[in-house]
Amino acid sequence: MKRIHPRLLAAVAVTAAAGLALAGCSSSSSLGGGSGGGSGAGSITVGSAAFPENVTLAYAYGEALAAKGVTVTYKVNIGQRAAYFPALQKGEIDLIPEYAGSILSFLNKNANQKSGDEVASALDDALPKKLTALDLAPGADADSLNVTSEFSDTNKVTSIADLSKLGSVTLTANPEFETRPDGIPGLKSVYGLSNIQFQAINDSGGPATLKALLDGTVQVADIYSTTPSILDNKLVTLEDPKNLFASQQIVPILTASKAKGDVADTVNAVSKKITTKTLLQWNKRTGGDEKADPKTVATDWLKQNGFTK
Amino acid sequence: MILLQALAFILDGQNWVSGPRILYQLGVTLSISAISVLIVVVIATPIGIAIGHTGRGRGVAILLSNVTRALPTLGLLSILIVLIGVNATPVAIVLVLLGIPPMLAGVYAGIESVNRSTIDAARAMGMTEGQIIGRVEIPLAAPLIVGGLRATTLQIVATTTVASAFAFGGFGLYLIKGLNTADYVQMAAGAILVTALCLLIDGLLAVVQRLVAPRGVPRDGADSASPKPRARASRSRATATVSPLQEGMQS
Repeated sequence: MKRIHPRLLAAVAVTAAAGLALAGCSSSSSLGGGSGGGSGAGSITVGSAAFPENVTLAYAYGEALAAKGVTVTYKVNIGQRAAYFPALQKGEIDLIPEYAGSILSFLNKNANQKSGDEVASALDDALPKKLTALDLAPGADADSLNVTSEFSDTNKVTSIADLSKLGSVTLTANPEFETRPDGIPGLKSVYGLSNIQFQAINDSGGPATLKALLDGTVQVADIYSTTPSILDNKLVTLEDPKNLFASQQIVPILTASKAKGDVADTVNAVSKKITTKTLLQWNKRTGGDEKADPKTVATDWLKQNGFTK
Repeated sequence: MILLQALAFILDGQNWVSGPRILYQLGVTLSISAISVLIVVVIATPIGIAIGHTGRGRGVAILLSNVTRALPTLGLLSILIVLIGVNATPVAIVLVLLGIPPMLAGVYAGIESVNRSTIDAARAMGMTEGQIIGRVEIPLAAPLIVGGLRATTLQIVATTTVASAFAFGGFGLYLIKGLNTADYVQMAAGAILVTALCLLIDGLLAVVQRLVAPRGVPRDGADSASPKPRARASRSRATATVSPLQEGMQS
């Protein structure tokens, strides 16, 4: 039996190919941190959660600071909040881009502040002394209720409140939306909507949700406000005048001792320029066909906005 | 602790009609399972009988069965949902694909295992091929066929949970909702409900399997006592009589 059985060979080849493909997926160029970086006043370690939008934000803040002469080290893609927040508290990271409502409810489970200003001031109270939150960016990555443009035009619906004019409306979101305080119960108590039928699709506003919305199975879909499919399909995001959803504006959280002078000014200047549309365009580049590197996207954006040359 | 709380969740009568609406989700699970099992039976039984009776096509059937078993159910469902739409059709398609292999295996193994001399005797008495199938092979193979049905039903009922991710109710909803909100009591309750339902249905089918066994034939195979192999499929048949049921139950 010197010859290797051809079927066995094929099986090995397929397995090896699959293994390589998987390995390829995990070795994104943005993984891993930079080098060097002490802990003097002129140095900052920027961290991020493990999804492209947050990584791009980290590079946007980091590269803008680097352009001001600050020594910047990166520790991007650090899993979930439960993993990176302790690192922030220990001073292993000095800056992390956060989402106002989410970080507030992480720190204080009973927080019920909704608007950006309320969340920001509650956040100041909730953060440990060693940390500080700088200015909120105008842009937010929050739950948003979306309808197709045809539906919006035909029924003259541009705000969540307008849904009350209609008959029975079917809405889709993740299953927990049915019982979440800012889900179906909130639609009822805040907007007085009792005509909502709920259908759970558990893909956080992904392709199945989009399919259901576009083919009319549902009329309203909960999709994160910075998901590129909103732009691609010209969906209309319903306004939320009564703040059903807590503000999820971008807020950089910094080590308090470093958030001073030039650093604070630079970070605030960057935040000021980050709108929801900015985030959408970034996500379209990193998540769309281009599969752009978050660092490239951030660098391009900083150049366009005059932060770097 | 979580298990006790989960049991309390299930035993709370209020949860059956309002809130999590266990009764409604049970209905959803049973109806999509019943439809899928029915489609599997309609498709797999005639094919299994043909393979078992003629002894041809077994290799192809095994190959195709293994291919459908290798398909990742949730992945396939996600793709079909995006292609077809958010409705019952993609759910039924993946459940049927999943359910066919064990049913098919049960049917052809059952028919194949019928003693060759019994069939020859039937033919010598002047029975037509149809009569042989209907009056000899199927009755003798009945326990194994129901065994295949058992395996199929179990797989389908347990897998309805993945459909809950796509606007379908069912017990899977408790698993997903529990996971998303770190409500492990609800998750455990969902797991217990699915498991209990599967065990209950399997128990009922086990009783049916005993009832359909023809008198005078050992229960675990139509004629496993007989050492005589069937001439035309002797090698494959030997394995079929040893473990046709396990074959269906494996995945």
